[in-house]
Amino acid sequence: MAPPTLTQEILNKKDFVTPNDVRWCPGCGDYAILNALQRTFPELGIPKENFVVISGIGCSSRFPYYMNTYGFHTIHGRAPTVATGVKLANPDLSVWLVTGDGDGLGIGGNHLLHALRRNINLNILLFNNRTYGLTKGQYSPTSPVGTKTKTTPMGSIDNPLNPILFALGADATFIARTIDTNPKHMIEIFKAAHRHQGISYIEIFQNCVIFNNKTWDSVYGRQSRDDHMLFLEAGKPMVYGKTERRGVAWTGGGMPELLPMNGATPEEKGILIHDPTRTDSIYAAMLAEMQYPDFPVPVGVLRQVVKPAYDTQIQQQLHAAIARNGGKGDLRQLLYGRNTWRV
Amino acid sequence: MESESVKTRALKELQTVVVRFAGDSGDGMQTVGERFTESAAIFGNDLATFPDFPAEIRAPRGTVPGVSAFQIQFGSTEILTPGDAPDALVAMNPAALKVHLPDLVDGGMLVVNKAAFTKGSLRMAGYPANPLQDPQISENYEVVEIDLNFLVLEALKDFSLNQKNKLRCKNFFALGFMYWIYSRPLETTIEFIRSKWERPYPELAKANIKVLKAGYYFGETTETARNRYMVTKAEVEAGVYRKVSGNEALVLGLIAGAAKANRDLVYSGYPITPASSILETLAAHKHFGVKTIQAEDEMAAIGIALGASYAGNLGATGTSGPGMCLKGEFIGLATSTELPLIIFNIQRAGPSTGLPTKTEQSDLTQALFGRHSDAPIPVIAANSPCDCFETSIEAVRIALTYSTPVIVLSDLYIASGAEPWKVPDPARIPTIEVPFAQEGEPFQVYRRNPETLARTQAIPGQQGLEHRIGGLEKDPFSNVSYDPANHEHMTRMRSEKIERIADSIPPTKVNGEPYGELLIIGWGGTFGAITAACSSLQAEGFSVSSLHLRHLNPLPGDLGEIMENFDKILVPELNQGQLSLLLRSKFLLDIVSYNKIQGQPFKVRELLRKIQEVLRR
Ligand SMILES: Cc1ncc(C[n+]2csc(CCOP(=O)(O)OP(=O)(O)O)c2C)c(N)n1
Ligand code: SF4
Ligand SMILES: [Mg+2]
Repeated sequence: MAPPTLTQEILNKKDFVTPNDVRWCPGCGDYAILNALQRTFPELGIPKENFVVISGIGCSSRFPYYMNTYGFHTIHGRAPTVATGVKLANPDLSVWLVTGDGDGLGIGGNHLLHALRRNINLNILLFNNRTYGLTKGQYSPTSPVGTKTKTTPMGSIDNPLNPILFALGADATFIARTIDTNPKHMIEIFKAAHRHQGISYIEIFQNCVIFNNKTWDSVYGRQSRDDHMLFLEAGKPMVYGKTERRGVAWTGGGMPELLPMNGATPEEKGILIHDPTRTDSIYAAMLAEMQYPDFPVPVGVLRQVVKPAYDTQIQQQLHAAIARNGGKGDLRQLLYGRNTWRV
Repeated sequence: MESESVKTRALKELQTVVVRFAGDSGDGMQTVGERFTESAAIFGNDLATFPDFPAEIRAPRGTVPGVSAFQIQFGSTEILTPGDAPDALVAMNPAALKVHLPDLVDGGMLVVNKAAFTKGSLRMAGYPANPLQDPQISENYEVVEIDLNFLVLEALKDFSLNQKNKLRCKNFFALGFMYWIYSRPLETTIEFIRSKWERPYPELAKANIKVLKAGYYFGETTETARNRYMVTKAEVEAGVYRKVSGNEALVLGLIAGAAKANRDLVYSGYPITPASSILETLAAHKHFGVKTIQAEDEMAAIGIALGASYAGNLGATGTSGPGMCLKGEFIGLATSTELPLIIFNIQRAGPSTGLPTKTEQSDLTQALFGRHSDAPIPVIAANSPCDCFETSIEAVRIALTYSTPVIVLSDLYIASGAEPWKVPDPARIPTIEVPFAQEGEPFQVYRRNPETLARTQAIPGQQGLEHRIGGLEKDPFSNVSYDPANHEHMTRMRSEKIERIADSIPPTKVNGEPYGELLIIGWGGTFGAITAACSSLQAEGFSVSSLHLRHLNPLPGDLGEIMENFDKILVPELNQGQLSLLLRSKFLLDIVSYNKIQGQPFKVRELLRKIQEVLRR
């Protein structure tokens, strides 16, 4: 992205803060995400008025009210459609969509699926707190089996959805995962999402202190994060672990092996080098299947492949049709059509 | 009824004729109907059409549910409806005869494909014996039996097509024959066949042209038909004309309206009969700058349209009844955020899938009230295929001027019916000027225009006007507000804004005297039938007037006064009385409701009967 031009004022985080009181519960993971996005935007070299933040309904979806940009808080699950319309109208805008696990994967699963499939140039932030925060803690499509809530007093019995596999099923071109406890990582991922042409989909592990506190602690908590998370970096070997260094080895089929490094180099051990640009979905699916507690959970960019973006292609078709017509049709041409007669 | 005693061919002049083509849905009846329409239009007749097709694309061949029909009324006088009953019926098989013969006028012409009356197909149609052998039929009608299969195969004997494909051409034989009966030129149809088939299937194009001509010459050289008719040009206003269907006219109006408002157009839809052709037609208009998208469902379709409007384009979407249910939640959001948006509902018979290829006007109350909370929005209706053009433009005007979603009601009968349309002068379509907020000037999201109460829109990309909107109730500055008084204020403002649209509606036109014994009030696709019935009774001296509502919410401001000038009010509708319900509750008047819920439009004679009965009361 080009650096800000001289005439364009240099923005900082404060420019993206609204005067509105932020109404999330104290300690909610959403604060950290808000902060990270407010720190990301000034660094993208985009005039402030070209940002649009669009959301559905949920605690997370209150987001636009706190970002001092153009913002649209829409209806439950259907923000991807509104965002698509915005991009059709004006492809030059930088559109950020905030959704929750209930909003995006429950009521809005269909819209999310199709936004991903179309590869429209949007950035989607999926706040996954594995609960319905706003409606006071019912289980969600990502809650593990056995989750006890008011609607599932004996434990939930339906299988949770894997948000990364979901996106892979739709052949999403940019799929990443980050966590609300690591601002630096969030900002890095947000920037990568912005740079990607086409759909960018980021699952954010988010903590709901009130209804699902510590839901991700087994993965990213202070005690567990080194042994239960795998930070992915393109071109780098997949090595992790504090108590014991381990590496990920994969033959290309089935699930990977986790090999103790015992002081050897990754080359010697044949440790996998992360390549998010692989176009087949098997590799990314393998990463997505690496789940707690059997595997370290991968965070970072899992997949980034190049495909033409929907909004760009719409414009191309429009221009092609206009060129074929020898210029944009005028009202006379429209109304007269092909077959007329005179009386 | 034996109407003619002379058994010779005569060329008789008629004012209007109703012809119906009926056959199996694979017989190409819609195609020949449309060709007949085109040639009548280009010849200079006024006309109206009524395609009537089954829900199943290919119901079992030869069965009654598989019958597809196309009716056209054309004439040298003004034509308001496709006609009550056909003067001539073309029946391609026994099932078509079974379904449509009861409608044929006494003494009417019946053209049948004799070859299709086999034992098997008679059984399939539920005829115990061959009805053509029933002497009653030849007594009642002028029957022309043609062995289409034999004649077509003969005409094409030098063609390399296989027999099945040769027989596919038989609809054009029937068409050629009807052209001869009504002294019509063949050129437009030959041109159509060429442009459609010459490139991909040159042999098929040649075969169809050969058969079309063979049908015509067959009429000329045989004495099969007793009469030939002549329908001269209609006396219509001078100008350039084209043929339009209702959905085509909606599309033209939408593009023209957006252009006159200087907004790019985004249309988003999800396929559903009878609205699909709006999306299809718009998709073929990309060279006018139109952006279209086939969404994943009706909710997405309206969401995309709303997003486009939010970003400064004009967003529009279209569907039919079941799809309207899905759009309700988003219409609420558009109402709360006060964004322009156009929603077409091409009504069909319901509830649920109902009769998906039959017409009805039963979504009026849904359009008026089908949302949660106090959420009034403007509702307007088109009354004929041509009228769809102006209705679309009116929708654009209201949506932008009043920053509101607008529902446009049409129906299957209007959508698929066609008429000659006098092409308007593009320069005379009024511009719609609704500027965005100005950069550098103070901006407040819900500051209202003192006259219209509309808010001014600022769009993403405009510097310094960043703001947030959404479905949570807002104060005038668009801050989220739970203040009770504010909610009441905003609710009343939203309603008042819609009420004020009435100030911009032209005076209501009454067909006939502005006072008298009976006033007929209609809306939507019943226009032609009501006007025809009313005018014919006026000619006989009855004290009857009619008016047809374009604006259903808000109603025109002069409606109450007009109604007071009549002793009785009759409201005919293709539903169980939805407009009656509205008028009774708004005006506390005793209104006679006349309802038909058969998936079919009103016949003029049905209305005549009802009107006379009400007058006698
Ligand atoms: C049509 C509709 N149904 C139900 C609701 C109620 N509702 C609001 S938010 C929500 C769930 C939100 O969960 P999630 O998307 O995970 O967001 P979170 O609050 O956890 O951030 C529900 C069910 C609604 N607003 N609209
Ligand atoms: S309920 Fe949970 S998700 Fe919602 S604001 Fe409170 S802590 Fe955050
Ligand atoms: Mg949630």
